[in-house]
Amino acid sequence: MVSVCLYFQVHQPFRLRRYSIFDIGKSHDYFDHAKNQQVMHKIAKKCYLPANKLIMDLINRTDGKFKASYSITGPALEQFEQYTPEVLDSFKELAKTGNVEFLNETYYHTLSSIFSKQEFAEQIALHQRRIKELFGQKPKVFRNTELIFNNEIANFVQQLGFKGMLAEGADHVLGWRSPNFIYTPKTAPGMKLLLKNYRLSDDIAFRFSEKSWSEWPLTADKFANWVNAVNGNGDVVNLFMDYETFGEHQWEDKGIFDFLGHMPKELLRHPDNDFVTPSEAITKYPAMGELDVHHIVSWADVERDLSAWLGNRMQQEAVKELYAMEQDIKSLGSRKLLEDWRKLQISDHFYYMCTKWFNDGDVHKYFNPYDSPYEAFIAYMNIVNDFKMQLKEGKESAYRKASMEIDTLLKTNSKVNKYKNKGIKDNSLSRKSRDFRKSKVGNRKV
Amino acid sequence: MRILMFGWEFPPLSSGGLGTACYGLTKALANRGVDITFVVPYAVEGEAEFVKLVSTSGIIKVRRINTLLKPYMSSKSYGEVRRKAKGPSMYGQSLFDEVWRYMHAAEKIAEEEDFDVIHCHDWMTFQAGIMAKKKKHKPLVVHVHATEFDRTGDTGVNQHVYEIERKGMHAADAIIAVSNYTKNKITRHYGIAPDKIHVVHNAVERSEKSFSEISALKKDNKIVLFVGRITLQKGPDYFLYAAKKVLEHNKNVRFIMVGSGDMEPFIVEKAAELGIADKFLFAGFLQGDELHKAYQMADVYVLPSVSEPFGITPLESMANNTPVIISKQSGVSEVINHCLKVDFWDIDQLSSKILSVLNYKALHEELRDNASLEVRKLSWDIPAQKCIHIYNQVLERNSIKI
Repeated sequence: MVSVCLYFQVHQPFRLRRYSIFDIGKSHDYFDHAKNQQVMHKIAKKCYLPANKLIMDLINRTDGKFKASYSITGPALEQFEQYTPEVLDSFKELAKTGNVEFLNETYYHTLSSIFSKQEFAEQIALHQRRIKELFGQKPKVFRNTELIFNNEIANFVQQLGFKGMLAEGADHVLGWRSPNFIYTPKTAPGMKLLLKNYRLSDDIAFRFSEKSWSEWPLTADKFANWVNAVNGNGDVVNLFMDYETFGEHQWEDKGIFDFLGHMPKELLRHPDNDFVTPSEAITKYPAMGELDVHHIVSWADVERDLSAWLGNRMQQEAVKELYAMEQDIKSLGSRKLLEDWRKLQISDHFYYMCTKWFNDGDVHKYFNPYDSPYEAFIAYMNIVNDFKMQLKEGKESAYRKASMEIDTLLKTNSKVNKYKNKGIKDNSLSRKSRDFRKSKVGNRKV
Repeated sequence: MRILMFGWEFPPLSSGGLGTACYGLTKALANRGVDITFVVPYAVEGEAEFVKLVSTSGIIKVRRINTLLKPYMSSKSYGEVRRKAKGPSMYGQSLFDEVWRYMHAAEKIAEEEDFDVIHCHDWMTFQAGIMAKKKKHKPLVVHVHATEFDRTGDTGVNQHVYEIERKGMHAADAIIAVSNYTKNKITRHYGIAPDKIHVVHNAVERSEKSFSEISALKKDNKIVLFVGRITLQKGPDYFLYAAKKVLEHNKNVRFIMVGSGDMEPFIVEKAAELGIADKFLFAGFLQGDELHKAYQMADVYVLPSVSEPFGITPLESMANNTPVIISKQSGVSEVINHCLKVDFWDIDQLSSKILSVLNYKALHEELRDNASLEVRKLSWDIPAQKCIHIYNQVLERNSIKI
């Protein structure tokens, strides 16, 4: 018996505009709305709409045997609502079939699991609420940004109540073991782990159109045979990939939709095969072993680590500056600033600053709205500096406002006058006003 | 293989990138066993008209022709030099006379020398090359380091210079362009088929010396550097306007111009007019260790050229661990990635990027370290190998013709 578990990641960042050093203090609009709209329209047409239609067809054609799962990031959801509501509607339709599971992730597709557990938890809650509102499901399985995983994160995610989590089936994690079984993290014995079968996943996601690949062209029956070969040596084949694989990374004229359209039929030809959602997979199969992962793994690049986001000093500096503002922003209570700060956490911003592929020949492969990683860093840091100024001003004005409120309070309080008349110093009152001040502006100096 | 090379300058007697390029290329060719006789026009008082010298390396023979010729001169600036030079009755009346004299001297050298291929560097030597080709029926390779369109910024192209360039390119068996940028100019303006033009990018010698002495200027200031002739082609005015803008945001920056040229008086006056004369400094022409010191002292190097066929100075800066901002209108931008690129006319972009490199330490460090790795790959051996390949090609074709 082999179950196939399909999971698609849906994400579009809020791209930043070319924010110049001369914009600092003058403009607080950081995002390239025109570009974001244009990209969303393009990908909706090439990928999201035709792919959703196909998934719906497949569910109908197989009498509900076909199943799939998604995680859609907050920025993608917001941009669907804003620019292409028909995409969001088609996801809602898929949700109604009962064959599609929506997973939880960090709302803003961030690296918060590494930098702030508080923020990590808040973003998971935010995303959970949104998924419930839109699709009527409370996610039970968690998918961290870029499949970032280690013991510590697993433990934290279990504490949040998740029953399952996705991770990369990297060789250096598994060793001789197979990704085609369910595991459990050493630090989270109550949670099950689904590991990506990166060979079979990447055959579709990366190699599908690659003519120099010895298996090209990849057909549905050939692929089904590879999956069938797992029979007897595994329970579940986890095919995890970006949803944009269909129509955007691999083009329609290369046959990617035909492939997806035929794959379920070919797989179901074998009587022992079926499709499962992540929740079903962890219910259906027992954990076959324990994984003890101290270092951080992700699904990115050959390294399967964080070097794509945090590999150089620019990335480290940018991320450090950003997360250093967390407490100030949260104590200020400005919703607009908090939202912008969170949008600045989107991991893509750091990915664009990556220099490791930026050598001759590789430049063209390098997908990036900026001309170079250096330009990405400059725009980002200019924005961070403007943001810091806003934060400082916000704190100052909050402080002024709080002081004024206290003054008014003191003036109108008859009790004060009474004490004043008597010449008695009211310690409790001054403590109260100090507490009030603290609650408004935090405990820091401004 | 024996190459007769016609050039204008050869270090230490050189005034710009051309001399540096000829030096680097011939040294690398010599390392690969190529015999080179290098002919340069060279005016030394009291010396005989034709002096045959051997260079310090002992590998390359340097022959000198006595003229006032300097590489980057326009006809006008040559007139000025002529007026300043004393007792020049032995010299011709104009730059073109000098070119003519060079050509005839070359004819004589060609007769005396034994060689397989003629290799000419830029227009002033093209007639000499054609003459040598006629005399000895040897293949001619012309190497284009700059065109008249780069020097004059498309306006005021000197027809006579253009004609010489054009004739040289058409007479040549092969043309070497220092970049695709230059190749495009040649196909567009000179009516040459693209397949006759080989792109051979320049390279840079590795810089091993490091100077620890710290200038007093550096104590409280960041330093932004310009190195090049102060002429229209190099965009010194854009550098000046960017300086003005940068200083509005950060007073603790000093701008240094290394080089000289006909726009120098204009830039000096303009700097005073903009009120930044005390922060905008002129170091004059520097070479050797002095130049390396300048690179090492700078926090960022700027190449704001209006039209730069190649541009070796950014590579020199990178080799000296100083990040660079370069004009997109340059050949060098085809070979380096770890730098910042701007359109030369975009003062906002240029000043904004200067400020970014000065303000953001992580950016400075990443650019510096990645660029220094990148530039190591650009050794002169690569262009030398390409040249040898071209020599072999033209020799083969020549033998078929005969």
